[in-house]
Amino acid sequence: MAVKGLVKYIARRGIVLFITMLIATYLTILVANMGGKVDELVKADLRLSIQDMVNRNPAYRVLSGAEREKIIEQIYQDEIKRLGYDQPFLIRSLAYLRDAITLNLGRALFMTSDTGSRLVKNIILERLPATVILFTTVTLINFFLHLFLGLYLSRHYGSRFDKLVISLAPTSVIPGWFYGIFLILIFYSWLHVLPPGGFVDTPPPKDPLLYALSVLKHMILPMLSWIISGFFLGVYGSRTFFLIFSTEDYVEAAKAKGLPPRLIETRYILRPSLPPIVTGLALGLIGSWGGAIITETVFQWPGLGLVTMAAIQYFDTPVILGITVIYAYLLMATVLILDLVYGVLDPRIRVQFG
Amino acid sequence: MGSAREGKVKSIVREALSYKSGAAGVGILIFLAALSIYAVIAIPYDEAIRMWRGQEAMWLDNPRTAAPEWIQFFSVKKLPKTIVLDSRTRSPYVSKAEVEMPGLNMKKVIIEFRFVYDFDELPSELNIFFFSNFSGAGAPLVTINWVKPSAETITMAKYGLRAPDDRLYVSISDSILRTLTNLYSEKYPVNTSERLTVLKLLFGKVDGASLESGEFEVEKGTYRLILEALVFGVQTSFDAKAVVYGTIHGPAGTDHLRRPLEIALLWGTPIALAFGLTASLLTTFIQLVIATVSGWYGGWVDSLIQRITEVNMVLPFLPFLIMISVFYKVDIWVILAVVIALSIFGGGIKSTRALVMQIKEYPYIEAARAYGASDFRVILLYIIPKILPPVIPGLVSAVPGYVFLEAALAFLGLGDPFLPTWGKILNDANTNGALYRGLYYWVLEPAAMLMLTSFAFAFLGFALDKIVNPRLREM
Repeated sequence: MAVKGLVKYIARRGIVLFITMLIATYLTILVANMGGKVDELVKADLRLSIQDMVNRNPAYRVLSGAEREKIIEQIYQDEIKRLGYDQPFLIRSLAYLRDAITLNLGRALFMTSDTGSRLVKNIILERLPATVILFTTVTLINFFLHLFLGLYLSRHYGSRFDKLVISLAPTSVIPGWFYGIFLILIFYSWLHVLPPGGFVDTPPPKDPLLYALSVLKHMILPMLSWIISGFFLGVYGSRTFFLIFSTEDYVEAAKAKGLPPRLIETRYILRPSLPPIVTGLALGLIGSWGGAIITETVFQWPGLGLVTMAAIQYFDTPVILGITVIYAYLLMATVLILDLVYGVLDPRIRVQFG
Repeated sequence: MGSAREGKVKSIVREALSYKSGAAGVGILIFLAALSIYAVIAIPYDEAIRMWRGQEAMWLDNPRTAAPEWIQFFSVKKLPKTIVLDSRTRSPYVSKAEVEMPGLNMKKVIIEFRFVYDFDELPSELNIFFFSNFSGAGAPLVTINWVKPSAETITMAKYGLRAPDDRLYVSISDSILRTLTNLYSEKYPVNTSERLTVLKLLFGKVDGASLESGEFEVEKGTYRLILEALVFGVQTSFDAKAVVYGTIHGPAGTDHLRRPLEIALLWGTPIALAFGLTASLLTTFIQLVIATVSGWYGGWVDSLIQRITEVNMVLPFLPFLIMISVFYKVDIWVILAVVIALSIFGGGIKSTRALVMQIKEYPYIEAARAYGASDFRVILLYIIPKILPPVIPGLVSAVPGYVFLEAALAFLGLGDPFLPTWGKILNDANTNGALYRGLYYWVLEPAAMLMLTSFAFAFLGFALDKIVNPRLREM
């Protein structure tokens, strides 16, 4: 009975999430194509390259201008038909949607990967490691830092460190990239101890160990900028979160019963606070996947944020769409898995759908 | 009821001021508001745009990337300020004489500029601007002489005007550098350094050692720049302006286009405040209304709003915003509208909705329904006022986020195409390598303004939070 209820619940959530993703992806298609305007750019570009090709071809040189024009027009029309641009945008947008949802990301319009590939998949995969190394690491560091310091402070609230954290919490309204500028100023321009940006020294060291060290050196400032930016508010937030959980009535009741503090902490405070913490971590990790456009711009970090920015500037719709749809899939899958886990763990949900 | 609420507002304000951080926040905000009003009155909107977009022509007398003048307080050296000498204005430092040549329809114009240079560093540039109304082939020929404090006289160039309003960029002229180098290397037979510049040779103490090392000490004293022009046609005018550009300028310094930064620093204030406050206010209130409607009506309205919220969560906020600003080249108010549109279905809705669900069951709402109050009345008069106070601190604390969002867009080069803003200064500084060239003021000034603004709102917001949500105060 319970299993059937759970399956029903997950199926329902799955369908809702899928439709959500469908709508979000379609909206992205509309915006990223400027409602069809990018087509005009692509067509103009196509025409220009065909003109160029015909005019350069010695076989056509003997033909008169009008005849050459006719050939150009002919090739152009064939190309348009081959690429499907003869259909109205609305119909094509549905085809884009189908391709995006089936993760058939296709080719970029204008961009190439560093290895020269036009495939969107390669462009994204090439930059993904750089982004994951930096932002997923810093997300994890921040998570554990805030969690443990928050827990510590919730036990020692009112202490001097606690007061310091509370009074400095507003410093977190300043985003990481902004702290990044200061860090570059201090550690590069002034002290000359750390590189201002980039992924690795030029030329890259041959020895893998030295290479890794060089990457690590380049990671220090961007990571530091995010750690500083999130620190006080993060610790403050998790401290308050634990404090709220530790003043619940059932905790008071457990204390009144005379249970040992260790037990109260693990079973009465940490356990019920686990779901929001896990959700926070999961969403944070997924969010870190897409990189950070502005931080990557400040530090010239060659991750997905810079690719996104370049794709937007080149009007390269397939790349923008590819990044968005992968993000949407990851997000939806995470939400669904979290739903499943909570469905198993949380008796209230089981009962509701049982 | 009105007076009671006023009393409450007053007491909240008084309490907010009793917190040090709250008082500091309010103080800074008052200062920023005053600055905004001053900016808008002193430099009207169109004037600000004209001054900022007027490019170099408008600011020709300003040095490039000069630090603010107050830098002097931190320096033992006396830093050079800009010296402008113009033969069209009377001054004890400028003299002009015209000598007609009888029977030749020619004249000789001698302009002498005198100035005291007692700074410890070389100037950043030296330009001479010529103004003549000659036409056709009769371009004036100018002999440019330079007299150092030691009375050493150098003829640094003989120059024929190429246009009625011609400029001679003395400091970067190759031919002048060659002339000077040849002159001095005849006098001091040493291997001359590769690092000689026109300014070093004109303003430095030249001897064998300095020529060889390329390091010059400034020769202080009174310099004279004498222009002897041979002008064809008695009616033809001839005037000149010499500018010895310093390395410090004005209260905020200048950028790579010689524009004084204080224009953008001043005008950035009202823009940042207007953008941040409008975005935060509208987003918060619209979110409030949507959440209330969602919680109050329930059913399909509720599910629809919840689904839209979820779609909104999947949409990548910043890439969307960037796409729209890149594709449509929009101004700041359209960006503002897009920001609000993308934010109103944000995360705040869920918590407010939960609150509304609770309040819905309160007896006073039941009473209102019993006497036949409409949904509209209940929502607007009974529910929203109830959930408003806990939202206010969040509203205030959210302002910096929007201010930084605008700055971030401008930093990426996507902000408003016309208005001078803080983010734009940062963008200019970044693209011109301010941090790598040691031009720290260029980054630190807009950064300081951004931080001042965001801290003011953040500290005030946190103080309000403690007052409105007393549970936090105990913790």
